[in-house]
Amino acid sequence: MENVVTIKNMTFSRGSRTIYDDISLDVKRGAITAVMGPSGIGKTTLLRLIGGQLAPDSGEVMFKQKNVHQISRNQLYDLRREMSMLFQSGALFTNISVFDNVAFPLREHTQLSESVIKTLVALKLQAVGLRGAADLMPSELSGGMARRAALARAIALDPELIMYDEPFAGQDPISMGVLVKLIRALNDSLGVTSIVVTHDVTEVLSIADYVYILAEQRIIGAGTPDEIRNSDSALVQQFLQGNADGPVPFHYKAPSMEAQLLGGSS
Amino acid sequence: MTSRKTEILVGLFVILTVGAILLLGLKVANQGMQARGETYTLKAKFDNIGGLKERSAVKVGGVIVGRVESISLDSDDFTPVVVLTINKNYDSFPETTSVAILTSGLLGEQYVGLQPGFKFGDIGNLTDGDFIEDTKSALVLEDLIGQFLFSKNND
Amino acid sequence: MISACVNWVAEVGRNTIERCAAIGRAGLMLFGAIVALPKLKNVRLTIQQMYVVGVQSLLIIIVSGLFIGMVMALQGYTILVDYGAEGSLGPMVALSLLRELGPVVTALLFAGRAGSALTAEIGLMKATEQLSSLEMMAIDPLRRVVAPRFWAGMISMPMLALIFSAVGILGGHLVGVDWLGVDSGSYWSIMQSTVDWNEDVLNGVIKSAVFALVVTWIAIFKGYDAVPTSEGISKATTETVVFSSLAVLGLDFVLTAIMFGIE
Repeated sequence: MENVVTIKNMTFSRGSRTIYDDISLDVKRGAITAVMGPSGIGKTTLLRLIGGQLAPDSGEVMFKQKNVHQISRNQLYDLRREMSMLFQSGALFTNISVFDNVAFPLREHTQLSESVIKTLVALKLQAVGLRGAADLMPSELSGGMARRAALARAIALDPELIMYDEPFAGQDPISMGVLVKLIRALNDSLGVTSIVVTHDVTEVLSIADYVYILAEQRIIGAGTPDEIRNSDSALVQQFLQGNADGPVPFHYKAPSMEAQLLGGSS
Repeated sequence: MTSRKTEILVGLFVILTVGAILLLGLKVANQGMQARGETYTLKAKFDNIGGLKERSAVKVGGVIVGRVESISLDSDDFTPVVVLTINKNYDSFPETTSVAILTSGLLGEQYVGLQPGFKFGDIGNLTDGDFIEDTKSALVLEDLIGQFLFSKNND
Repeated sequence: MISACVNWVAEVGRNTIERCAAIGRAGLMLFGAIVALPKLKNVRLTIQQMYVVGVQSLLIIIVSGLFIGMVMALQGYTILVDYGAEGSLGPMVALSLLRELGPVVTALLFAGRAGSALTAEIGLMKATEQLSSLEMMAIDPLRRVVAPRFWAGMISMPMLALIFSAVGILGGHLVGVDWLGVDSGSYWSIMQSTVDWNEDVLNGVIKSAVFALVVTWIAIFKGYDAVPTSEGISKATTETVVFSSLAVLGLDFVLTAIMFGIE
């Protein structure tokens, strides 16, 4: 299977802090690729790098054999029509209804007539189970519904790649189950490629085809869910089992306690 | 996506602005006669123009017929030259016309007063660019007081 | 002691660099927003924003204009009547409004009413990732979000200033003529002989257009550049009002000196 996204030897730093140090990963067409890792290591940043909103310090990010950061602005905008991103907050436009939110990319990028748009939006909303909520405003939706509405908007233009940013964060078990089912179903029925960034281990291992685990600026584990579960890396096992202490220390980097308490005023 | 209500209200906003412009244009401001182009200029030399300014009014018997276009100093004899822009509707002032710098009220603005002369015989009309010969300078209060004191001393 | 001095110098340097960088970013943002050719769709978006920044500011503009005109007539009358010059009430009210108060007060009110709202709206769109999500939908937020708001501000503010002046002159008439008994004919006619269309009205509009550019630009940039947190947005909103008010007052002096100062 060919790769939709290829990242080669990419290094990215924000200010003096290195986020990624020379990482490489592939995303295969039609598969669900999960990227896992502890909070705060820049998983969202990875998606922004793929979407061309951020540029790496070195290395390359390819989407469909095109280097996202070396093409012109117009080409980048054309490229972005083939990908879409589900933001953690949903990022629905708060001043227009759910229907208009889903219709938004269609109205912006196509010349379809209003009746065609109406049908398309109804289909997309039906796919996420929110056809009845079309006339609600985003503020009237629960967190899980908002994310599903945002998903309907993300698939409005039938993209080839959907990037999910923490789709399960802060969801109750039912919404989480619905989202897991939706991601799998959309992937299978529309034939899209999916990248799921998350730290919810069990949910994502149940649907992912391939998993990358990021920690300490590097990829520390990669493979199918089964390979990951049976990995002998201590880091991977700590992450999967959620141990408080281990290779990823409980304490944030700090001078030793004795030094701080006894070592004077500085 | 623009709702009907929005469109109507923005329309009202525009109409209100047009109304404001009309009020300002018709009731509040004069359009400045230079803009219409139907004017001609006359010149006059004064000994002293007092507080006359550019754009001051030019009046005949209280009726505004033009404005002061520019004020400059003649470099040969060091007297002020005042250029007046007069409306084309009033283009038949005889050459005997006299001009004076007057004050409206005790503290009011200074303006140029034209006193049309008599028409007789072969006296022609003033035309574009002509100098008005008969001029009376502005009354300068300090000079008046000085003269008054001087004449008192002489008594 | 010495290290404190060095730190202070370093802070001055850091602030200067940050300010220059911000001005650069603001310039790039404005360029990115207005360089696009206007499309029919964007015209419609601009009209929608004119409703938000223009129509919704109308009430406060009309009420303030009315009261300022009334107060000026009242104050002016008590002074002018001592010199028997109450006939000059009309030009006094009209000139102060057209040259100064119309453009300046409108810009200050606009900064407080519409500018702060623009900053908060754009800042919140940024904080809730709406701007990012537009970008990922291959829609440039500068053109889709920033440009219509910029043009709406640019168009609306001179309109509001004209309305402000007109209403103020009517308010002056209300107090001066209807209440204090100045002759209506002389109110209008002396005003008309003094106020010049190009000199006074158009210069006021030019002033107002300059203020519109500055206030709208600051408001949009502060929102677009805000730190996407609650404190960041509240700070940006405050800064919009403070910076644009100061900029308006400072620019007013410069513009007045250029337009009316040199005879």
